Amino acid sequence: MTFTQRHLLGLEGVPAEEIVAILETATSFKEISERDIKKVPTLRGKTVINLFYEASTRTRTSFEIAAKRLSADTINISASSSSASKGETLVDTARNLEAMRPDAIVIRHPSSGAAQLLARHVSCPILNAGDGCHEHPTQALLDLLTIREHRGDFAGLTVAIVGDVLHSRVARSNLFALKTLGATVRLVGPPTLLPRELATFGAELHTNLADGVRDADVIMMLRIQRERQGANFFPTLDEYSRYFCLTEDAVRLAKPHVIILHPGPMNRGLEISSAVADGPYSVIMDQVTNGVAVRMALLYLLVARSKAEVAIGETEAIPDVAPRRTGARA
Amino acid sequence: MSRLLITGGTVVDPIAGTAAPGDVLIDGDRIASAGAADDAETLDARGLLVVPGLVDMHVHLREPGYEYKETIATGVAAALAGGFTSVACMANTEPPNDSAAVTQYILDRARIAQGARVYPIGALSFGLKGERLAEIGEMHRAGIVAVSDDGRPVMDAGLMRRALEYCRMFDLPVIAHEEDHHLAAGGVMNEGVTSIRLGLRGMPAAAEEVMIARDIALTRLTGGRLHVAHVSTAGAVQLIRDAKAAGLRVTAEVTPHHLFLTEDAVEGYGTNAKMAPPLRTRADVDALRAALADGTIDAIATDHAPHHPDEKDVEFDHAANGIVGLETALPLALRLVGEGVLDLPTLVARMTVGPARVLGIPAGTLAPGAAADVTLIDPERRWRVEARGLRTKSRNTPFDGWEMTGRAVAVLVGGRLVHDERPAAAPALRSAS
Repeated sequence: MTFTQRHLLGLEGVPAEEIVAILETATSFKEISERDIKKVPTLRGKTVINLFYEASTRTRTSFEIAAKRLSADTINISASSSSASKGETLVDTARNLEAMRPDAIVIRHPSSGAAQLLARHVSCPILNAGDGCHEHPTQALLDLLTIREHRGDFAGLTVAIVGDVLHSRVARSNLFALKTLGATVRLVGPPTLLPRELATFGAELHTNLADGVRDADVIMMLRIQRERQGANFFPTLDEYSRYFCLTEDAVRLAKPHVIILHPGPMNRGLEISSAVADGPYSVIMDQVTNGVAVRMALLYLLVARSKAEVAIGETEAIPDVAPRRTGARA
Repeated sequence: MSRLLITGGTVVDPIAGTAAPGDVLIDGDRIASAGAADDAETLDARGLLVVPGLVDMHVHLREPGYEYKETIATGVAAALAGGFTSVACMANTEPPNDSAAVTQYILDRARIAQGARVYPIGALSFGLKGERLAEIGEMHRAGIVAVSDDGRPVMDAGLMRRALEYCRMFDLPVIAHEEDHHLAAGGVMNEGVTSIRLGLRGMPAAAEEVMIARDIALTRLTGGRLHVAHVSTAGAVQLIRDAKAAGLRVTAEVTPHHLFLTEDAVEGYGTNAKMAPPLRTRADVDALRAALADGTIDAIATDHAPHHPDEKDVEFDHAANGIVGLETALPLALRLVGEGVLDLPTLVARMTVGPARVLGIPAGTLAPGAAADVTLIDPERRWRVEARGLRTKSRNTPFDGWEMTGRAVAVLVGGRLVHDERPAAAPALRSAS
């Protein structure tokens, strides 16, 4: 198993074996969350800062739980996204946080590239929890883990990603990683939200939902932002829904064993019907559960291993071994 | 009047299109006819190119109002260090140069600064608001050489029409920053594969091209003079080429960065790759280079745009547009000759007589009687760009660390040696005043 990343800024360019290393580590961490006492001392004495410039419930909570289950101390900072224009700059914030010696910073920010900017100014690992329209790598990794659990190998899989691809960091991270792993990726949406240049990344583009999901193994729905309606990307939400809402009729065009993913929060009845969201092929709650495991794995790989450059053994049971080595000083 | 003979160099005449060994005789503040020069001091120009003082028709000197980015004094010092003896400064100061009083202030500050000659460009509209024509005639009397709302595209076609018409009275060009802001839609880089991959909002080439097409139509309507600032796309080049072929009074400029960098420079979200118009694609760069060579583009202009680090060391979305360019333009331009894009006299023309003709200023020639503005270039001088070492007050250059060949080593303005970085071994020259 190999893992060489210093930060997790995005999945573009991350080699397949490193993605698989993250997923395998996450799989081994899942069991901790099933225990009666959901805590291991792996990151005891470490400090993880959650720096959120955008509202988030799911991702922030998931990161916080992941860190706490590894015994790290967590601090949540919710900053106004307008701080660049009227308050402290991101670089100043970074320098101040750096001065407090954190062991990792998780950042969500409305500007693409913010995680990279932060990484240039601090020495600890940065975990990108979503930067603008760029990437949301932990979301994609939990999607990948979910797909892997249900479908196994990625090669030969057809994954349809449906919705506002133009603005979606979830779509980008999934596109990059799924192509790296050998899957066929279809991107589906109205032409205004589906720039033709996306074909250069090896994706098939579809402006017709039925064509996009036909014989798919996986359908990944994207959240549609209500404010796009006023910007002429489509006339009305009603019309968008008529063409791109994933209904049971559409799901029937996919393979019989299809699984349906959604990163949440869902707009029920807009991009996905409740019957589909709650249906037997929906794995949306698996995604949430896997989110904690993926984030535990990343914190472990980036923080615990950043000090001790020890290669992970192929079958080593990380959560059980790591804590005992740290001794019992508490 | 003292006389000075610049001797032993290769004299480039951009009008005749020649580069040949020769001497240039200066009498006082003017170029003199070659001839008996026994009584003249000599300036040894062996190994150097002797060219008319370079002209940059598009700079932002930031004064008044933004002296923390640049002052007229630091700006004209940077100009001299880059080989420029004349610069035309844009009106987007604070207050904007939309009145004769501000024009006069800029000229006064430039006189005190004693660097390159400064030619103010007046605002097209009051407050650069794009609503009402500024007092162009009053500013013309004070000394403006063009009008422009640069940085603020003129979205009102009716206003643009009237500006082109009205400026005919003074034979002033209207310099247009061509960008339809509905199409640009808050974009921060070129729209294309890279913007989509990086998740940055894109400005399509069409945002520039539709405005150029509009303004060419308005030039046809009015008989006015349109100068297209910082052309950046292949489509724009073709529109301008066609307009020129149709006999319209349309001219254009291109920046060194649009000739050398592509949108790939935005990789990693470095904000010194953020400007408007944005860096485009390799195909656009190739088209711009061809247009510079064939004369479709009249001038290389830097769009020198100093910004404080606090305005650049931020999220890409929030970073200020633009880069400094005065001190890196010449070696980049010389590289075009090395790469076979155009010959040396043509290149020098695009940096001297080309922009001088657009602005109607007495610069860009070594003909007898002309002002003795001369730039001596060491085409072999190797140096490395160090942002911290630049004369400009700001540090925002994407060329930091680039290895350059060629540099202005001596600059004369009005016969006075105002910049000299020849090796100490060279014969000292007493100020020829």
